[in-house]
Amino acid sequence: MDNETSNPPNRTSGQTGQDSDLDTERLVRDNIGWMLALAVRILRDRQLAEDAVQEAFMHALRGLAGFEGRSSLKTWLHRITVNASLTTLRRLKRLAELPIDQYLPEFDRYACRIEPPWTFLAPAQDVLESEFLRAQLGEAIDKLPNAYRIVLQLRDIEGYDTGEVASVLDITEGNVKVRLHRARAALKKLLEPILRGEVRG
Amino acid sequence: MTDQRNTSVRRWLKGLFLKRMHRMITCTQFEAFVLSYLDGELPARQRSVFEWHLRLCRECRDYLAAYKRTIELGRAVLGPADDSVPEDVPEDLVKAILDARGR
Repeated sequence: MDNETSNPPNRTSGQTGQDSDLDTERLVRDNIGWMLALAVRILRDRQLAEDAVQEAFMHALRGLAGFEGRSSLKTWLHRITVNASLTTLRRLKRLAELPIDQYLPEFDRYACRIEPPWTFLAPAQDVLESEFLRAQLGEAIDKLPNAYRIVLQLRDIEGYDTGEVASVLDITEGNVKVRLHRARAALKKLLEPILRGEVRG
Repeated sequence: MTDQRNTSVRRWLKGLFLKRMHRMITCTQFEAFVLSYLDGELPARQRSVFEWHLRLCRECRDYLAAYKRTIELGRAVLGPADDSVPEDVPEDLVKAILDARGR
């Protein structure tokens, strides 16, 4: 767990036990929806996500008394949820950097790219309007090893910068960049039948 | 067989041209710059070299277009990043959290 999650924001003192209980319930109710959605995006499994969110709240409620307000409450909870989700993946040994070489770009011995001509590139709108193609997209994403998918998720979707991704995953910024590029390149390869219009909704 | 040999000669010539031409990069070097280019992190001179390669290389042009479309689709499917539409509050989970708090 990094420093930010270990040093939570400030809290009003002098509350009665009952007020405190109500505050806690409100904190949970106000935030559980988006935290669960975030955990599902990272873990891609509802049950695991619920467990991770419970862990995240346990951690947050323990640390709330010392919350110093160095970040917003939501930013703090966001980071705690990401960390709890990553801890789940580590515990299940699902963060290994498995090879994805078979999906990476190919080059010939003259350092020239091997890329069959693209006579058609499916418009994003067309793909996203089709339930069938959206499901196919989801399946392709699930084929990415977590070590790559998580980087894609945190950088491209959750808005973390390279340094923040490096920090939560405990890897170098250079490694984050390599994994992000490989994840995108591999996903492109996996999506080719859809992008070339060979699979239609 | 002749077609295959022609293709091979064309690729050899292309590789030679990209490698030797002033202010030009090979496709493998292009590959290493893709992320920085899209993040807007390339200095002006490197960006111009990258774009010069892009103009001359059909394969890298096609590749980059599909790569960018992939990012777009990935964002749409893996999102939403904004939390404006939270999931329904799962009462059993709220209860489990509040019960576990005291332990």
